[in-house]
Amino acid sequence: MDVEILSRIQFAFTISFHYIYPPLSIGLGIALVVFEGMYLRTKDKHYEQLTKFWIRVFALIFGIGVATGIVMEFEFGTNWAAYSRYVGDIFGSALAAEGIFAFALESTFLGILLFGWNKVSPRVHFFSTIMVTLGSMFSAIWIVVANSWQQTPAGYKIVGEGMTARAEITDFWAMVFNPSSVDRIVHVWIGAFLAGTFLVLSVHAYYILKNRFVEQSKKAFGIILVIAGISALAQLVTGHDSANGVAINQPAKLASFEGHYDSLAVADMYLFGWVNDAKQTVTGLKIPKGLTYLLHQDFTTPVTGLNAFDKNDRPGQVNFIFQTYHLMILIGMLLIGLTLFSLFLWWKGKLFKQRWLMIVFSFSVLLPQIANQVGWYSAEAGRQPWVVYGLLRTSDALSENVRAEQVLFSLILFTLLYVILFILFIYLLNKKIQHGLDIAETKNGHTQPNLTAQ
Amino acid sequence: MMETFLTIELGTWMFLVVGAVFSGYAILDGFDLGAGTVHLFLKEEQSRRKALNAIGPVWDGNEVWLVIGGGTLFAGFPKVYATLLSAFYTPFILFLVFLILRAIAIEFRSKETMLWWRKLWDITYSVSSTLVGFTLGVVLGNVVRGIAIDGNMIFKGNLLDIFNPYALLTGLTVVALFALHGSVYLVMKTDEKLSDRLADISKIAGLLFTICYVTLSIATLVYVPHAAEEFKEMPILFLIPVVTLLLLLNERRLIVKKKYWLAFLTSATLTSLLLVTIAIGLYPNILISTIDSAFSLTISNSAASPKSLGIILTFVMIGAPLVLLYTLFLFRTFRGKVVLDDMSY
Ligand code: HDD
Ligand code: HEM
Ligand code: HEM
Repeated sequence: MDVEILSRIQFAFTISFHYIYPPLSIGLGIALVVFEGMYLRTKDKHYEQLTKFWIRVFALIFGIGVATGIVMEFEFGTNWAAYSRYVGDIFGSALAAEGIFAFALESTFLGILLFGWNKVSPRVHFFSTIMVTLGSMFSAIWIVVANSWQQTPAGYKIVGEGMTARAEITDFWAMVFNPSSVDRIVHVWIGAFLAGTFLVLSVHAYYILKNRFVEQSKKAFGIILVIAGISALAQLVTGHDSANGVAINQPAKLASFEGHYDSLAVADMYLFGWVNDAKQTVTGLKIPKGLTYLLHQDFTTPVTGLNAFDKNDRPGQVNFIFQTYHLMILIGMLLIGLTLFSLFLWWKGKLFKQRWLMIVFSFSVLLPQIANQVGWYSAEAGRQPWVVYGLLRTSDALSENVRAEQVLFSLILFTLLYVILFILFIYLLNKKIQHGLDIAETKNGHTQPNLTAQ
Repeated sequence: MMETFLTIELGTWMFLVVGAVFSGYAILDGFDLGAGTVHLFLKEEQSRRKALNAIGPVWDGNEVWLVIGGGTLFAGFPKVYATLLSAFYTPFILFLVFLILRAIAIEFRSKETMLWWRKLWDITYSVSSTLVGFTLGVVLGNVVRGIAIDGNMIFKGNLLDIFNPYALLTGLTVVALFALHGSVYLVMKTDEKLSDRLADISKIAGLLFTICYVTLSIATLVYVPHAAEEFKEMPILFLIPVVTLLLLLNERRLIVKKKYWLAFLTSATLTSLLLVTIAIGLYPNILISTIDSAFSLTISNSAASPKSLGIILTFVMIGAPLVLLYTLFLFRTFRGKVVLDDMSY
């Protein structure tokens, strides 16, 4: 295998692994703000127990998010040196802003969030919780801005030629508000809210099934379900906005999403299907002219198809892109259905009696996780063969001096390390969940310091 | 040509900023890495937990300085970032692996009570903390010495060139320095017997650092001609090693007198002095080419565009006071000796 494919595998693997944790951190942050806010307002002990329990889980997730994120930053330089030189002038300011404004905020206040419960006043603690959550949302802004610039470059000029060509910034705000960034930031945020809220719903559904912490769990479940429901609906809207943007800015990607080959024809929309790239056909269940209608609100305007592009200028893995994209949307629809139905039962006062629904919820945490992963896969694979859309090819972005053995070595090392890390993560997460909320009271209202911190 | 701010070129400002952030990193993460190095010398469970919780609330915030350092280097000198990281591919990958192992170890060791579990993570924590400092030192040593970069800014050397004796010595020096800095921090954060034990450790670390530092200084004068050149042109620079040695002597005195806070400030100063010396030796180069000095990456041929530098420096001016503010707030909140409670590791 050559350096390009190994580096791509390594990047995809390390970012996919990293991206398990940030959405959970951001979404759990929101849940923590809600629980702690409720505790401060109502002084209800249950909310204190919930807050403390979820802080412990948050600590575990956040820690792994940080550790795996540092790898991502360094990989730009180690594996993609030519890319770093090319985009450094633009990308650098976004990464620097991320470090200075976002990471510093989240990591510093994290210390107080995790260790400050008995050291600072409840208000200062609450403030820290809010700062950590905001910090993690800010960091999502900057990294998605950088990634969106790669998808839809703006506010730059190209200087130099051949080997020395590179992008130079001309307009910072045009770079930040490039055509896809706003849609994508919102879509990514809400994807994160879904990931976090569904983790909370899963765990509390499990407790309700096991008849443990039932009162606390019902309270938690109710509020978080409302947030999850709103997020699920909003995700459809923001996803639709993104798709409209992709149609304008990255037509080859959009055509891959739906397996639309004919260069100028009305386009169908598939609920599911299978793309045969060689024969350029899709078999599946479709809404005829659906894509045309969604984009243009009529049934006659053509949509640019893949054949309008040279083979070398369009993505190769059309079926992969089609499948990942459709899986995301399928999950989006499932989440909407699940939350709306459950909200209805909740309103009727029957929600917690439905054992089967609680069983569904216990596993539901996987759905947004999968949607987040496949969403990135479709967006990134749909951008190929470009690393910077229309400007720099992925194959020209590599580090010139790095050899295949070196990348193979690092790939093996990361794989081993991440497998261990993941096993430990699941083990400890499960242990925390089994341990549950600390409900034992002591004289001064705090739980006893115990030797084996959970 | 370059634009200026207060008569100094933007590129030079950026060089100072990157240098300052990395100094900040070395001072801050330096003590928690050093705490890791000396961890195994503490024998009792309770001592180890106290040592771990002394860095508990701050180590993650400290590591952010590395992230910001990487970010500002990438932003300010993209070509240096690209060449440096790809040249040191394997060392940086190992560095990342150690960094992750360390984070896992801190996070996981106290989650189970089994003896083997805790032992396993204690060793992982200590060894990986040490190796993080060591790899950084090795990279630093190579930066001082210069590396084989060709006219297209591409590294032409191999892995063995990177692990040369000079760089290895720099690695050891950094480890000893962090061990000193970390043990002094722990002395400050603990009390009674534990504190005394750590004070003894810090004296040994101080001695090791002194030996490494003297050897390294001599090696630099002998084997790194361009650095020696700089010193010959400006003999006043010889004051730096003299000051360093005086500070080291004083450090010992402060520890004996139990003025731990001052001792901590002293080891912090020592850390930044080491980096300042290196920065002076490099300026205006950043990465020196051993193939031909015309191929070296300098501030002027590798900085980002003036427009981009202007943006980043504005961010730094707005952000730096904020970051300092949070950091002070954090350290103030957790001032004083460590007390274990239900949220501790
Ligand atoms: C949706 C948001 C998102 C996305 C797409 C990414 N990250 Fe991330 N990252 C976060 C959201 C985040 C986060 C929520 O801010 C952290 C902090 C804790 C966590 O779990 O994730 C994080 C941690 C984190 C850290 C450690 C920061 C610290 O010390 O606090 C670094 C250096 C990066 N990331 C870098 C990257 C890079 C270079 C990415 C892309 C290639 C990337 N992240 C994708
Ligand atoms: C409900 C219907 C949904 C639609 C119509 C939709 C649409 C889209 C589109 C068009 C993109 C590509 C954007 C681009 O390349 O610029 C995308 C990407 C993505 N989607 Fe969705 N999506 C939906 C649901 C979801 C859900 C439920 C999640 C996660 C919980 C999710 C997570 C993501 C992520 C993480 C990306 C990659 C980042 C990005 O490009 O914005 N999506 N989505
Ligand atoms: C917000 C930050 C980013 C996220 C979340 C992200 C996400 C992803 C995902 C999920 C994949 C797997 C898709 C696939 O294998 O087809 C991927 C692939 C890839 N990404 Fe990104 N990416 C980000 C930024 C970048 C950047 C800055 C680069 C520049 C080097 C980059 C280059 C690549 C490459 C080369 C691949 C492999 C492409 C492929 O195999 O199709 N990505 N990324």
